[in-house]
Amino acid sequence: MHRRLLFVVLATLLASLLAVSAAAAQDPITLRITWYNDGTEGEALRAALDGFEAANPGITVSIEDIGYADPNIYHSTIQSQVEAGSPPDLARVNNVSLFIGNYLDLSTLSANPEYWLESFSPSVLDSLRSGPEDSGVYGFPLQFTITAPFINRTLFEQAQVAVPSDSNDAVTWDEWTAAAQQVAEATGTPWAIAYEPRGQRFWGFSISEGGQWFNEEGNFTVDTPGFRTAAEKLVSWTQNGLSDPQIWANLADGPRIAREQFIAGQVVFLYSGSFAVGGLAAGIGETFDWSAVPNPSGPGGSTGSPGGSLLVGFQGTQHPEAVAALMDYLVQEDVLGQFSIASSFLPGHLGLAEAGLDYTANAEILQALSAEIPKINEQAYKLQYSQFAFTYNRPIDGRLAQVIAGELSLDDAIAAIQKDVDDAIANVNAG
Amino acid sequence: MTTIPATKVIPYRTNREPGFLARMLEHLMHPVDEIIIPLQRALGTRRMAYFFVLPNLLIFGIFILLPMALNFYYSFTGSTALQPSERPWVGTDNFSRLLNCGDYGNPVTCDEDIFWRAVWNTGGFVFFQVSGMIVFALVTALALNRQIKGRGFFRSVFFYPVLLSPVVVGLIWKWILQRDGVLNAGIVALGGEQMNFLVDPNWSRFWVIVVSIWAQMGFYTLILLAGLQSIPHEYYEAAHIDGADTWNRFRFVTFPLLMPTMLVVVVLSLIRAVQVFDQAFALTGGGPGTATTYIVQYIYNTGFTSTSREAGLAAAASVVLGGALLILTVAQLKLGRRTEANH
Amino acid sequence: MRTLFDFLFRTRGASQLSATDWLTYLYLSLGTVLMFGPVIWLGLSSFKSQEQLLRFPPTLLPMRQESVSLEGYDQPLPLFDVMMLDGNTRRLAQVSRIGLEARMIDPANPGEIITVDIASRSPVESIYFGFENYIEGVQQFDFWLYMRNSVFVTILATLLTLLVNSMAAFGLSKYQFRGRNLIFVIMISTLMVPLAVILVPVFLVITQVGWNNNLLGVIIPAAATPTGVFLLRQYMLTIPDELLDSARIDGASEWRIYWQIVLPLAGPALAVLAIFSVMWRWNDFLWPLIVLSRKELFTLQVGLNSFQGEFNTQWDLVLAMTVLTLLPITLIFAFLQKYITTGIATTGMK
Repeated sequence: MHRRLLFVVLATLLASLLAVSAAAAQDPITLRITWYNDGTEGEALRAALDGFEAANPGITVSIEDIGYADPNIYHSTIQSQVEAGSPPDLARVNNVSLFIGNYLDLSTLSANPEYWLESFSPSVLDSLRSGPEDSGVYGFPLQFTITAPFINRTLFEQAQVAVPSDSNDAVTWDEWTAAAQQVAEATGTPWAIAYEPRGQRFWGFSISEGGQWFNEEGNFTVDTPGFRTAAEKLVSWTQNGLSDPQIWANLADGPRIAREQFIAGQVVFLYSGSFAVGGLAAGIGETFDWSAVPNPSGPGGSTGSPGGSLLVGFQGTQHPEAVAALMDYLVQEDVLGQFSIASSFLPGHLGLAEAGLDYTANAEILQALSAEIPKINEQAYKLQYSQFAFTYNRPIDGRLAQVIAGELSLDDAIAAIQKDVDDAIANVNAG
Repeated sequence: MTTIPATKVIPYRTNREPGFLARMLEHLMHPVDEIIIPLQRALGTRRMAYFFVLPNLLIFGIFILLPMALNFYYSFTGSTALQPSERPWVGTDNFSRLLNCGDYGNPVTCDEDIFWRAVWNTGGFVFFQVSGMIVFALVTALALNRQIKGRGFFRSVFFYPVLLSPVVVGLIWKWILQRDGVLNAGIVALGGEQMNFLVDPNWSRFWVIVVSIWAQMGFYTLILLAGLQSIPHEYYEAAHIDGADTWNRFRFVTFPLLMPTMLVVVVLSLIRAVQVFDQAFALTGGGPGTATTYIVQYIYNTGFTSTSREAGLAAAASVVLGGALLILTVAQLKLGRRTEANH
Repeated sequence: MRTLFDFLFRTRGASQLSATDWLTYLYLSLGTVLMFGPVIWLGLSSFKSQEQLLRFPPTLLPMRQESVSLEGYDQPLPLFDVMMLDGNTRRLAQVSRIGLEARMIDPANPGEIITVDIASRSPVESIYFGFENYIEGVQQFDFWLYMRNSVFVTILATLLTLLVNSMAAFGLSKYQFRGRNLIFVIMISTLMVPLAVILVPVFLVITQVGWNNNLLGVIIPAAATPTGVFLLRQYMLTIPDELLDSARIDGASEWRIYWQIVLPLAGPALAVLAIFSVMWRWNDFLWPLIVLSRKELFTLQVGLNSFQGEFNTQWDLVLAMTVLTLLPITLIFAFLQKYITTGIATTGMK
């Protein structure tokens, strides 16, 4: 009696443990995409995947949304899995340099590698490669992003202030600041400017003000007059009450607060980017008119910061052929076009970008943003596609937040950013 | 060595019918006994201790001790690699980077300025949080120790927040404290102005402390309450007969007799306060600036979430933290012994 | 100062409600509001729409804008109270809004379009407890799957913790053996190390063992809690050794002594540890997030994180799902609160 009971108990325990550990090894192939969502792109991808599954019976694809909450925990989680030798089959990534050497090479697996080389910009493909001798194809941009300002047109109308960029191609940051302030005062809007607290958003701003991010030896450098001018302006907005200090007080929440304020009509001018269009449009709906305007101009011209998340496959996958088939499917012009339209994304596909997409929603805004792409400064590209893009990025917002909180002087902050970046690069190279 | 009759069931708790749980346990454990008895024959009674300690020790050794040892090794190595074998030895570089400061009171002069900001922030947090919490926990325990109706209810009420996850606690309070939150709505309704509770560095620090007291106080209240209830009533009566007033009864009866419990509370809450991280992070994200960045968050950011993953530097910081904690605890216990001896 | 102490320290005895009793009640009632208030506010907020959540000042109760369905319009139209130019207020339905003007109609007379300034209208709202957030959250969010994983992890980890910790505590409290004190001191000293600090090496160990992306990787490492061993050992020290010796004379095996004498007598301490273990495992976030990257293994806390994009948080769903994750532990507490609070009080970290 007792023995039998023991047996039963042990057997159940064992069975449940086995059930837990036997998650893999199923016959029909399941591909996993590690993912996060900001707007409607998850649904759009799901629609594309349904098409793929219908065309490829036996393969199912699952989107594993793990959330992005903290700026880096998303990538750290993937990084841990990659280092543990159990990467996802595919993933949406921004910080692409983290996983170089672990990507699945599609140049041999793809049915049409030439198409990949023709369709995507060499600098994007290069950003996934380990060096000049590496000619692999590892992934494609889900979107091309460009940072840019958005304005609440309804507020401008109410204040009877002309939108500066309607009559002038090169509006400076000072002119925008003055106009936004005027509108906020006239309409009783609490804030004039909201600037997403991310280092990457700041690249374009500082370059416009004449900033030089690389010195003559090609090394990352912070202390240039352009950086100073831009940083001083940025800090002054919060100090002068034009910007909500909450945005810089909690960096994890900042971008969200900035967008929520814009959606709620509490701010006149929002500096964000094309990646925000889907979310903004969904939140704003019909409550007011808004539009994207050109990046402000300065001595360094008018430029936003480029960017974009990529979809990549990982070498560690059990099903390289299936991953390649999925990738080949997703990069087809009609599929990717459909995905971009449904997500309100600017395409990273050269053919689609050239032909232009017939957006069903937010067409005007996305067109205005597309017009920003040719103006992107070469330095901004260099920063974005550098191995250290994220290493440059993080200290900028962290240290500027300290300046705004009154902990550091701008001089100290500049020295600190330089040191943070140098230390981090030294540590990476120590390996 | 004694021989053991294998199947004889010995009823030790004959005072009542075995309940359902006891019967289940019997069914489960009795067969195990049959397997273990031969083991006991082989080992002998006293060495069975090893058998009992082994499973815990194994898990503990593999998942706590070994990582700590690895962490110690990490602190002398560099690079972003995860595998210890791929990490180059850098000697005490990490420690000197961490500890190199022109002036320890002024973080800007330090190599790792954020570490030192975190150290000072943690120091302030520990001092105010622990003292605040002990005051509130003691007052609440004294109130709950009175003969009043609804004691059980109130006891549960004060304990409930202890059950909430740190992330949820942070979320709830962020929701309350943000500028458009309900607290500010109340202030505006009363004719005040909206306050920047999570924007002003000092307000932020204040609220992190308040929220952490809110979330943890119930636990310490219960421990203090147990301490209060274990004080024999006769002591109070004797003091009363001697003509001691309430204040003197507290001073000469409650306070000294509560000291051992209080010591436990102080040590436990100190240890927890030094480890402050997840709840504070969920509430403020470490900001504004670095006003609410504490040591554990610094270690976590440096070693795990920063893209350059300076695990060596983070490990060095954790070794420094561990050393400081150890000294603190030993000092506390020593101090506790001495005060105990005095009474 | 003295009177304050009089209030606080006059223990027991008074037969009538005195001023100090009133003060005690006042303090405790105020405490109740402060302790429960935030959670109740979370509960109320979880019924609000995203739009309402972002409004200032927030309404105390969840509200919903009223709407009417009119012939000729596919969607129900939102209702507004509009201050008309003649000073009267009319209740109108909004057809559309362009810039600063809204086109509205009177539901009683749908033919005529009235154009009004948007500043002159205010929405008509009524209290509304709807479960839309909950339904949408549960659908969008594999709630039952995550729930099952959370329950599985919590129960298995708690059982394992109780078993392993009580065995170790028994060994450490009831036997003399070489290395006993060393083991105890080492265990206790690790009480001070939070997980976040040794995250990287623990993860390394997990991957070497092969429990990455496996619920075992969440269940087993947490089982050997030093806190549990400490708590149980202290409690077991109070069990007289004579009881054990007499059982040995009766011929009981050591295992039998462990489970038939020591375990039942350590019941209160075990109950306390069980509660804490349930609470720890249920609330675990950082560790499962790192170990489990597959959706079918997510626990509730990890799943909850997926409502937060980089720039966009679905507050309505986050709050509703947070309430759902709080419910089980709140219910357990509500039913067992007496045992829990008295358990902790009697165990009392002696």
